[in-house]
Amino acid sequence: MTGTLGPDDIAAGIEALAKVIRERTDGRPIALVGIRSRGDEVAERVCTILAEDDRELDFGILDISLYRDDFAHLHENPKLQGSEIDFDLNGRHLILVDDVLFTGRTIRAALDALSDYGRPGRVELAVLIDRGHRELPIQPDYVGIPLETSRNDHVLVSLQGTDGEDKVEIKEKTEP
Amino acid sequence: MARKDLLDLASLDRSEIDHLLEQAVPFKEVFTRSVKKVPALKGKSVLMLFYEPSTRTHSSFEVAAKRLSADVTNFDVAHSSVVKGESVRETVETLQAMRTDYIVVRHGRSGLPAMIASQTKASVVNAGDGAHAHPTQGLLDAFTLKEVFPEPEGRRVLIVGDILHSRVARSTSKVLKKLGVEVAYLGPGSLLPRTCPLGIPRFTDYEEAMRWKPDVVYLLRVQMERQEAQFFPSLREYHRVYGMTHERLKRIEDAGIWLMHPGPVNRGVELCDQAMDYSRSLINTQVENGIAVRMAVLYWLKPREG
Repeated sequence: MTGTLGPDDIAAGIEALAKVIRERTDGRPIALVGIRSRGDEVAERVCTILAEDDRELDFGILDISLYRDDFAHLHENPKLQGSEIDFDLNGRHLILVDDVLFTGRTIRAALDALSDYGRPGRVELAVLIDRGHRELPIQPDYVGIPLETSRNDHVLVSLQGTDGEDKVEIKEKTEP
Repeated sequence: MARKDLLDLASLDRSEIDHLLEQAVPFKEVFTRSVKKVPALKGKSVLMLFYEPSTRTHSSFEVAAKRLSADVTNFDVAHSSVVKGESVRETVETLQAMRTDYIVVRHGRSGLPAMIASQTKASVVNAGDGAHAHPTQGLLDAFTLKEVFPEPEGRRVLIVGDILHSRVARSTSKVLKKLGVEVAYLGPGSLLPRTCPLGIPRFTDYEEAMRWKPDVVYLLRVQMERQEAQFFPSLREYHRVYGMTHERLKRIEDAGIWLMHPGPVNRGVELCDQAMDYSRSLINTQVENGIAVRMAVLYWLKPREG
């Protein structure tokens, strides 16, 4: 399939994500950790909404480039931007946040990276878009926008803070 | 663009140097975590080929490689066939057959790492060759300076000692000049280069050099093992004329000048005991930064496929 999502769809997706996290965590202390790049922006925008409540809320950014098992050694190494986790995550309830959930390999790498910072009490997964086609036993706990795609489609996400506009493009892959 | 080898800094352009200095920052962050290791080079092998003694550079590269999860093999030259007369070329052919991914080389002859690089698919990192280059030292010095002065352009670094035989002076001056830092040399006339292609001011008198108003005084090591002592009357004399004496330490403290040294330090020669505890000493920071910079270098280089 092909198609486009606009700023309203994305804003609604982020709202939906914040709403379901708010309902299910019920004011308990949580920390949102966004995966670079774009997962950090989704986490930040969800955090802004959750910060309206009176609750303990931490925010961190995870760069998983050094933990990837796919393209890292095939081509050029990805540019590192580094992680920013300024709180002690031992025993904490963490919610990992990413923009798109696809094969699950990014999340596997993120879990490896997180465990090198300490031992969280609990880790959940929130994604703005779940496009299916998992290759690993990883499922999201919170989803903003469920999206039906075929395995070969490209899902290209642009976000205001990172790319200057909110947009999702779904393109059919042309080459085999 | 990634490169296969790092042999000297002259062949890197400004954007590549900036890239490496930027990339060292997230690697330094790894040291603050509970697990000080990342799996970036898991399954890769790093071979340490040191034909000259070195404790600091050797262990710094070894720690860097291990923190990237690479396997490290030490090719112990003193106990190898090299003493049986095996040539460097034969050694490299053997190493090629071992399919090592990275080779870190130190050798007394200038240009030897480049020769090895041309004969192997592995990425070669020059860890010091003769008086030619020591690129990772230059990078770690630049990184350390940038931590203190985020905008290093126009800052002044005075390098003191045996400039002529120093690959540290050569590599560090080169990278600092590329960053727009002003560099000057101070040392005995017999140990200063007769011409400076980079247009670097040269001083033989300490007072004159201090009037140049440096932000950093960078002391080079007097290399006893290379019989440098023959270039000046005595070590005590060297300390008196060019060393960081107690009295000079007070003066640089008042002027807010930072102190650097590539290590290992000869106490009582390049600097007095009190200088080890100087509040603006960057000597230990240089050691820590050396690991981060070497991690960034290994991560950046790309061995040839196949």
